[in-house]
Amino acid sequence: MNIASRFERAPENAPTVRIEVNGETLVAKQGISLAAALLAQSGNPSRKTAKGNDRTAYCMMGVCFDCLVEVDGVANTQACMTLVRDGMIVSSQAGLRGLGGGQDV
Amino acid sequence: MQHKSTEITIVGGGVVGLSVAMGLLDAGHRVQVLDGVDSDMRASQGNFGLIWGQGKGWNFAPYAKWTYAALAKWPAFGRRLTDLSGMDIAVEQNGGFEFFTNADEMDEFAGMLANQQAHLGNRVNHEILTGDEVRGQIRGIGRDVVGASFSQTDGHVNPLRLLRALRLAVKALGGRITMDAHVTKITPATGGGFDLTLADGQQIGTGKVILSAGLGAMKLAGDLGFKTRIRPQRGELLITEKLGERLPFLSSTIRQVDEGGIQIGGTKADAGMDDSETLNVMAGLAKHAVAVFPALADVRVVRAWGALRVMSPDGFPVYAQSQRHSDAYLVTCHSGVTLAPLHASTLADWIENTTNAPDLEAFDEHRFSL
Ligand SMILES: Cc1cc2nc3c(=O)[nH]c(=O)nc-3n(C[C@H](O)[C@H](O)[C@H](O)COP(=O)(O)OP(=O)(O)OC[C@H]3O[C@@H](n4cnc5c(N)ncnc54)[C@H](O)[C@@H]3O)c2cc1C
Ligand code: FES
Repeated sequence: MNIASRFERAPENAPTVRIEVNGETLVAKQGISLAAALLAQSGNPSRKTAKGNDRTAYCMMGVCFDCLVEVDGVANTQACMTLVRDGMIVSSQAGLRGLGGGQDV
Repeated sequence: MQHKSTEITIVGGGVVGLSVAMGLLDAGHRVQVLDGVDSDMRASQGNFGLIWGQGKGWNFAPYAKWTYAALAKWPAFGRRLTDLSGMDIAVEQNGGFEFFTNADEMDEFAGMLANQQAHLGNRVNHEILTGDEVRGQIRGIGRDVVGASFSQTDGHVNPLRLLRALRLAVKALGGRITMDAHVTKITPATGGGFDLTLADGQQIGTGKVILSAGLGAMKLAGDLGFKTRIRPQRGELLITEKLGERLPFLSSTIRQVDEGGIQIGGTKADAGMDDSETLNVMAGLAKHAVAVFPALADVRVVRAWGALRVMSPDGFPVYAQSQRHSDAYLVTCHSGVTLAPLHASTLADWIENTTNAPDLEAFDEHRFSL
C-alpha cells in the first residue's frame, strides 16, 4: 500500500467486498484499508495487548502497531496497511503472536 | 571560581561513567556526573545487552580474567541495581550459545576458547557441540548450523533499562547527574584540581576528573595528555515484532528482549562517525538468524539501527591515570555492560589507590606507546 493511496477516498460507486470479522460478515468498499473498515463497523477494540489492554487502529499509517489483527491465519497483520479483499477472514488478536518454532524443520 | 566544590567529576553519563560513579559514591565520595547532548553517539543507548564472556581475552589473559570476574559479580550487582532503582532490568544469566554455519569458523573459535580456558583455568567451562547435538538440545535449530559453543555464565540484560537503572542508582546514592552538560574544555587549575568549561560557557571546578565520555572523550583525552586514540566501530541491529513465546536459547547474535521482541546483531564495520544502517548488512543479519532458527523466517522486523562501539586501538579496556595531571583518569572500554559490576566496585579502589586496588597495569595506556 503506498503512501498516497492512504489519503485517497474510495470512489462513491466503488464495488464492495465481503469480509469476515470474528465470524460476522462485514461489507466494505473495495480500496479502503482493513483498519478503516473495522473503524467504520464499530470502532470497538480489535486486539488486546500482552497486558490485556484494549487497542484498535490509531495512527493509520503503519507506525503505532495498535491495529494488529489476524488476517487469513497470519497474526500481527497491520490492518491499516492492508486493503480489504473479498473473502478475507479476520479475527481480533489477544496478546502477542507466537513463535511457531520448536518443530523440527 | 569554587574549586573542590565537587570532589570528583565524571565526564560522560553512559553505562561506564554511571557505573564508575556508583563505585565512588559507595566509597564515600561526593560525585557529579556531567552528561552530553542527545546528538552524541551513545553506545549505551544502542547496544545488544549481553553479559558475555565467551572468547573475550583469548589472546590477552588480563582481559579474560577481568571479564570473568565481572560475570561472577553480575547476579549481586543486578539485585543491587534493582534495590537502588526500583526497576527490573531483566538480568538473565542462564548460559549462552555461539552458533556456527561454517565449520572453519567454528574450529577457529574453538581454538580461541581453548586459549581463553588456558588463561582462566578451571574457573570456567564451555562446551563445544556438534550441529546434531545442538539440534538434540534445542528444538527448531536449523540444518545449516554445524555446531555451537555454550558457556554457562553468559547472559543478558535489558540495555535501556540498565542505563535508566544506573541513573536512578547514582541519584539514590547521593550523586548528582547533569544532562545537557557538554564539556568543551578541561584545564588544570592552579593549586590543584581542574576547571571544566561547558558548551554554554559555565565553569565548574573539581578536584578529580574522570573521563568516560565514550567517543566524546577523544578530544578531551588528548588535551589532558592521554595517548589513547579511541575509534568508532559500527554495529547494526534488527529488532522484530514482539512474540508471546520465549525463544528457546540466548546467543551472541540472537536474543529475545524480555518484552518479547527478538534482537539480531553482531556486525562490525569501520564507518567513521556514521551510525546509519545499511540494507545489505541488515539482510545478512536476517539471513543468519533464519539459518540458525528457521521459524524466525515469518517474524517481521520492525526496526533497524546502527550504533558505534567505543574501541581502543587493541579493543581492550583502558584504565589510565594521566602522567601529566595525576588527578585525571581515563576510563573507557568496549563491553561496558558486561564490565559494569567491576566499574561500580573495585575500580573505585584503583582510583583511590587503596590497598585493595586491583592490579590494572595491563590496562594502562602505556601499551599503546611501545
Ligand atoms: C552495536 C553495539 C553492541 C554492543 N553490544 C554490547 C553487549 O552486548 N554487551 C556489552 O557489554 N557491551 C556491548 N556494547 C558496548 C557497550 O555498549 C559500550 O561499551 C558502552 O555502552 C560504553 O559506554 P560509555 O559510557 O563508555 O559510552 P557512551 O554510551 O557513548 O556514553 C558516553 C556519554 O558521554 C557523553 N559525552 C560525550 N562527550 C561528552 C562531553 N564532551 N561532555 C560531557 N559528556 C559527554 C555522551 O553524551 C554519552 O552519554 C555494544 C556496543 C555497540 C555499539
Ligand atoms: S494504526 Fe498505527 S500501525 Fe496501524
